[in-house]
Amino acid sequence: MIIKGNIALSENGFVFNPATGDSYTINNTGKEVLMLIRDGKSIDQISGLLLGKYDVDKTTLERHLADFVNDLSVNNLLEE
Amino acid sequence: MEQQKVTVAVTGLNNIDSPGPGIPVIRGIRESKVFDVRIIGLAYEHLEPGIYMRDLVDKTYMIPYPSEGKDALFKRLLEIHTKEKLDVIIPNFDAELFSFIKLEKKLDDIGIKTYLPSIEQFEERNKSNLSAYGEKYGVHVPSSTEVYSTSDLNNILRSMNYPVMIKGKYYDAYAANSVEQAVNYFIRLSAKWGFPVIVQEFIRGTEVNVVALGDGKGNLIAAVPMRKQYITEKGKAWGGITIEDPSLMELARKIIFQTKWKGGMELELIRSTDHKLYLIEINPRIPAWVYLAVGAGQNIPEALLMLTLGMEVNPFTRYDVGKMFVRYSYDMIVDLELFSELTTTGEL
Repeated sequence: MIIKGNIALSENGFVFNPATGDSYTINNTGKEVLMLIRDGKSIDQISGLLLGKYDVDKTTLERHLADFVNDLSVNNLLEE
Repeated sequence: MEQQKVTVAVTGLNNIDSPGPGIPVIRGIRESKVFDVRIIGLAYEHLEPGIYMRDLVDKTYMIPYPSEGKDALFKRLLEIHTKEKLDVIIPNFDAELFSFIKLEKKLDDIGIKTYLPSIEQFEERNKSNLSAYGEKYGVHVPSSTEVYSTSDLNNILRSMNYPVMIKGKYYDAYAANSVEQAVNYFIRLSAKWGFPVIVQEFIRGTEVNVVALGDGKGNLIAAVPMRKQYITEKGKAWGGITIEDPSLMELARKIIFQTKWKGGMELELIRSTDHKLYLIEINPRIPAWVYLAVGAGQNIPEALLMLTLGMEVNPFTRYDVGKMFVRYSYDMIVDLELFSELTTTGEL
């Protein structure tokens, strides 16, 4: 899973896709996940990292992660 | 560097909710470091806001409507030229371009330069010829048909899926969701712009536009793509953002190269949901949002003026991606004396 190379992510969680002109705001957790994806981490690795950091059960976290990745894909932010 | 003094006449001062390109063109030229310009506005209506923007337009003259023909236009331009010694005219309306193209030689003979496409280039990209254009140049275009009567319209609608686009000859377009709506728009558009009215397949997707400048030899001098972010009821961009899309730039380069387009143009495109690019219209002039290109690093009005004056212009190689424009409206306070002077003398 690779974020498209030209996607801009700012410190305050503003995401801009220069190919389409679309922009999005994401919360701190979303930003953290996006940065981990950009660093080349797999979903399993991200899941492991977040489980150790936040008070959340594995099922809930994985469901939310899957939804988030699906949103990224639907919005053309991931390489096909 | 000493700035070159130049007197430039510009049309399209209707800086209203569906604005003409005149004011943004003037803003670009005014920002030039190459030229010291005197701007002469050419107006059709007494309430075109640009007439009263005295910091941008030095003097304005009323000119006859395109419907009065090119001879009436030339006569008036000659009167204005006698007073102002015009170097260049930049026409900005589709509806007046035919007359200006026809007058190109006569204007040149009296020392006024223009930089316009040929009549053949102008006609070829006409909305009603778009299907043939797409086929000739290998570009996806929505299917479209010219319609001259309501019975024609009813016939063609039987083989189309709704919504369909109903488009005026020069301006305006509406999406119709039923026969009744289509007929209503047909009557409205034919009364306003004449025949034909164009019925076009509706393409679902994202609207993107490109402003481009060709040198008449096949070279793309400038091009900036923009995605509309906020669209008015009339389909005009009230906000937009420059985007990075190599396929759009390639398409602009291809069209300018193949057609050897001379002057400014705007490509209106839809990126369909299956990621195909459809060309829905080619406007044969600089669009009203051109100041975004200036802000993104390509002063297209200045480049157009340089080309018009026979100066060499190196093609632009970059622009800022993610630069936005947000249009706004603004109420000017105008003294009645100014309005009365314009209406009685035809100049201000």
